[in-house]
Amino acid sequence: MLIDTTAGGAIGTTMTGAPSGGRRARSGGRLGRVRWWSYLLVGVAAFGSLFPLYWMFIVASTDSATATRMPPEIVPGGNFFQLAGLVLETVPFLQSILNSLVIATTIGVGQVLLCALAGFAFAKLRFRGSGVLFLIVVLTMTVPTQLAIIPQYMIISWLGWVDTLQAVTVPGLASAFGIFWMRQHIAATISDELMQAARIDGASTWQIFWRIAFPIVRPAAFVLGLFGFVTAWNDFLWPFIVLKSPERFTAQIAIKALQNSYTVDLGLAMSGSFLATLPLLVLFVLVGRRMVAGILDGAFKG
Amino acid sequence: MTATLPTRLVPARSPSGATGYALPFRERVAPYAYIAPFFLLFGVFGLVPFLFTFYIALFEWNPIGDQTFIGVDNFTRMLADPRFWNATGNTISIWALSTVPQLLVALVLAHVLNHARLRFALFFRMSILVPYITSVAATAIVFAQMFDRDYGLLNWLLGLVGIGSIDFIQSVWGSHVMIAVMVAWRWFGYTALLYLASLQAIPRDIYEAASIDGAGGWHQFRHITVPSLRPVIIFTVVTSTIGGLQIFTEPLLVARTTNLTCGPVRQCQTLTLFLYEQGFGKYEFGYGAAIGVALFVMIILVAAVNYALSSRIRGN
Repeated sequence: MLIDTTAGGAIGTTMTGAPSGGRRARSGGRLGRVRWWSYLLVGVAAFGSLFPLYWMFIVASTDSATATRMPPEIVPGGNFFQLAGLVLETVPFLQSILNSLVIATTIGVGQVLLCALAGFAFAKLRFRGSGVLFLIVVLTMTVPTQLAIIPQYMIISWLGWVDTLQAVTVPGLASAFGIFWMRQHIAATISDELMQAARIDGASTWQIFWRIAFPIVRPAAFVLGLFGFVTAWNDFLWPFIVLKSPERFTAQIAIKALQNSYTVDLGLAMSGSFLATLPLLVLFVLVGRRMVAGILDGAFKG
Repeated sequence: MTATLPTRLVPARSPSGATGYALPFRERVAPYAYIAPFFLLFGVFGLVPFLFTFYIALFEWNPIGDQTFIGVDNFTRMLADPRFWNATGNTISIWALSTVPQLLVALVLAHVLNHARLRFALFFRMSILVPYITSVAATAIVFAQMFDRDYGLLNWLLGLVGIGSIDFIQSVWGSHVMIAVMVAWRWFGYTALLYLASLQAIPRDIYEAASIDGAGGWHQFRHITVPSLRPVIIFTVVTSTIGGLQIFTEPLLVARTTNLTCGPVRQCQTLTLFLYEQGFGKYEFGYGAAIGVALFVMIILVAAVNYALSSRIRGN
């Protein structure tokens, strides 16, 4: 996750929005006629956003001779599967996609569970020091830990985790932002009366969390998990540092390995990039709407 | 409200409320157990390395050899190192080139997307978020191709309008522009959605009243949209600066052959790349850590400027 290093003020201004999308979605917005240039602007933006991916597919589906021809081809060639096959031969690409899936899923699920638990504790439970501890959680968002990669590597090394998947997975399992996000949602949606009713029925704290609170905030937790998944899938620097052998590579590091033979075959690198992007595109088609809603809902920091 | 019921763990209304002396031990430690994983993970992989950076920076620290205490020598060496200043300059240049256009485009887009009657709004919102879900590595490869001197799409287009081939990757400005375009491309849609989230909190009547008073789109943009976005604009400037100070993957991947320096004259080597080169390329952990400390100081400066700016705006 991008480390949030802003002062409390900035967080406050963007995060205070009540976490309920539906209510706010209709209140804003301007009336009046939409001018043609509005469509032109958003149309150009949409085109600009999508074109590089289309272009990636074009180059990934033609041979090098065609890819370097001028004027460029703008329709896909028929070479995609051949190039994709070559990608799988050059690096253990399927393995790297699988590694990425394992890492990103574990981080997504881990963030959901651990942050929901901690968020629940901070939102609904009374315990000594909770105020101070929550302040510490918020303050940790301001500590830019990414510049400490050298000692981070040393710690991973001491743990004997260099070149293992847990070196990438474990540090990302919980995040301060996730706790903050879940706390906001739990505080806004779980009433004290509901808690009391459950208590009277004899539910334990864990049961209240797991059977009552978590199901209610599941949509918010899902969005958090999605962003955790996407961030983990696309992470480069950290896996690049701790993963050494090709069969442990994530998809992003495999792209880098392919790119080392870039001068040899451009289509190969593009093909790998496209294959590594494809799972996320599929995911985005399925749940992109909820990701957009998640950002509009409370200024998501991914 | 049912305040008279026996409350147990439920937040008590009064601070002196019985917060559960009758609770079993398990229930009393439960909250600590729930928050413990985060503190453990942050401690081991965040705080300890962070503090340890300051310690290592005082040593000549070779991962396989000895560690010699050398005081502030790493820092004096760094401040006299032209490669450090080159990397600092590159980082700031790339950051400025990417942030300014990105935020301007995002502002305009957010304003347009906030129109209540815009058709296909969800399609447009989703489209501009696609770059955000595309990995930096994949982005770098496709943009390197598009900006290629000989076979790139962009140079072909420039050729059509009579501009000769530009060697983006090999030149200082060219490589900075190219990386900045990549960064801006990846983030503009996300930023636009952040702004849109803020805009949607503005009551519709304000725009309505402005409309009735005859204020057109430009006036509404200038006098309603921009002022109300000030806090979130500052927020995005700060986060993009923090992100910008840590740019690594783009310069690593666009300069194909001479990896860690980003080209023969280090034309696009950023600070994080320089840190990586010293730490993991040359195994000078101490010197690398000193660069990390320098990055931290810069981030603190950014935060201080942000704080000053925010309080000035609040004062107005």
